[in-house]
Amino acid sequence: MKDYWHSVTLEPDYCNGCTYCLDRCPTQAIRIVDGKAKIISERCIDCGECLKVCPFHAKGALSDSLDALEEYKYTIALPAISLYGQFSTDYDLNKMLNTFLHLGFDDVYDIGYAAEILGNYQRKKIEESDSLKISTYCPAITRLIQINYPTLIDHIVQLESPMEVAARIVKKELIETTDLSFEEIGVFYITQCPAKITSITKPLGLERSYIDGAISIKKVYSKIIKLYEEITPEKDLLRTSSKGFNWGRVGGQSFSMGIENYLAVDGIDEVMRVLDEIELGKLNGTAFFEGYACVTGCVGGPLNVENSFIAKKNIRHLSQKCKRKENDIDLKKYPKDLLEWDQEIKPLDVMKLDQNFQKALEKMAEIEEVFQRLPKINCGACGAPTCRALAEDIVNGNASIEYCSVLMVQERRNKNEGK
Amino acid sequence: MNKELMKYKFDVEMEDFANAGEASSKIKNTLRQLGMDSKIIRRIAIATYEAEINVAIHSHGGYICVYIFSNKIKIQVRDRGPGIEDIDLAMQKGFSTASDKVREMGFGAGMGLPNMKRCCDEFSIESQMGVYTELNMVIYI
Repeated sequence: MKDYWHSVTLEPDYCNGCTYCLDRCPTQAIRIVDGKAKIISERCIDCGECLKVCPFHAKGALSDSLDALEEYKYTIALPAISLYGQFSTDYDLNKMLNTFLHLGFDDVYDIGYAAEILGNYQRKKIEESDSLKISTYCPAITRLIQINYPTLIDHIVQLESPMEVAARIVKKELIETTDLSFEEIGVFYITQCPAKITSITKPLGLERSYIDGAISIKKVYSKIIKLYEEITPEKDLLRTSSKGFNWGRVGGQSFSMGIENYLAVDGIDEVMRVLDEIELGKLNGTAFFEGYACVTGCVGGPLNVENSFIAKKNIRHLSQKCKRKENDIDLKKYPKDLLEWDQEIKPLDVMKLDQNFQKALEKMAEIEEVFQRLPKINCGACGAPTCRALAEDIVNGNASIEYCSVLMVQERRNKNEGK
Repeated sequence: MNKELMKYKFDVEMEDFANAGEASSKIKNTLRQLGMDSKIIRRIAIATYEAEINVAIHSHGGYICVYIFSNKIKIQVRDRGPGIEDIDLAMQKGFSTASDKVREMGFGAGMGLPNMKRCCDEFSIESQMGVYTELNMVIYI
């Protein structure tokens, strides 16, 4: 089954075959083949680490342009909460949101409000549960759990993301109150994150997403800044409270829910270390875990513009100075099927060597044998991230021992010296 | 059928808490590549991890061997001294001879051995005071 779609892509013309992304990829999903990086689709979790690290900007994220708005009769912008962190705090954020009406959108829905609804609901779920709950807010982490930590799937909180909740609320409302049909309404996420883009096309835990497209913050940022100087706000669009703003940064969900017994971790390597600990049962007394692939949380997403630490500071500042501490939300208005996943997610055993255990064991023995011959310096010159990964590729028939130039030089030298 | 198909050996240094967990983590990745059931992998990971911690806390160092058979995994843990005086007592939940220093670091709650036993299908322990302790754990797959 080749049922994979990823927003993270490679522009071969820019790639010079260096090993930055190779080394950085948390699921070892990259190989350099014929001098160009290649992504192994089934392993990619769209975390965007390769995008951040590529010095040649050869990695990108597939996203829509504003032209996509023309396909719909009525369009709505859903700006990611991290967008609020992209501006210095003297910006009037309501005015900033109003610029979207001049970019071609008919309306804007504030995701911060949806985040708050979700936060209140999530808090209830955590209080009702006697085991650790793991946030599903960062889709890259959810996919990482599917691949590398399948025993933790049961701990996943199985809630939709604020963007999805926002899209559902806004579409349902429009269909009920206007003549617009489902297909005529175009909901666009203004995104900081390739993993979220993937979640729109290939959602986790959902039959289908209510979001129709995604436009990166990078693409609209300069237009927003320009329009900001020119427009007068027409509508009250900003609804986010102190609580909602915080979803843009690591620890923000727990802050928003007002819970104390939580653990918040940012940066995919650190998240993996903590997930290892969770698998060993060492965090059994903790109520909630929120993990983010990006350092600082969503404000660290690769499609943002502002430095992530400055953006995080902005978010903190916004939350502190916001006069609206929280919105008055009646959870009864938001039924379970609006907030929860409608499908279970399954482990993805993409690391499996063979379907047959006996064959997998034979391969493993071969891998060990090949690995012992390799220099174990993980230089990446062969195109695989580690010597171990090369050994696996060789046994799987995707590489040969000649790929290891270190070994080849060594053998030639030995031969010359008559050893 | 009695010959193991694969064997992994890990040395564990005395008081090396920082690196305890390495064996468990490597074994976990290997077993995942073999396509083993994730619940069984988790049991093996916990048993191996607890063993690593125990060797680091209580002994003068030792090793862990993981043997993969076609129908089971065997984990052998052997350390050098000081040995366990009363094995029945050591197996009781909450009993520990760990020092205050070790407890301050969050270890030594007296759950290691009971946890290991809980994770496996066969469990045996033998010890000679001042010489060694050896655990043998078997998990059917």
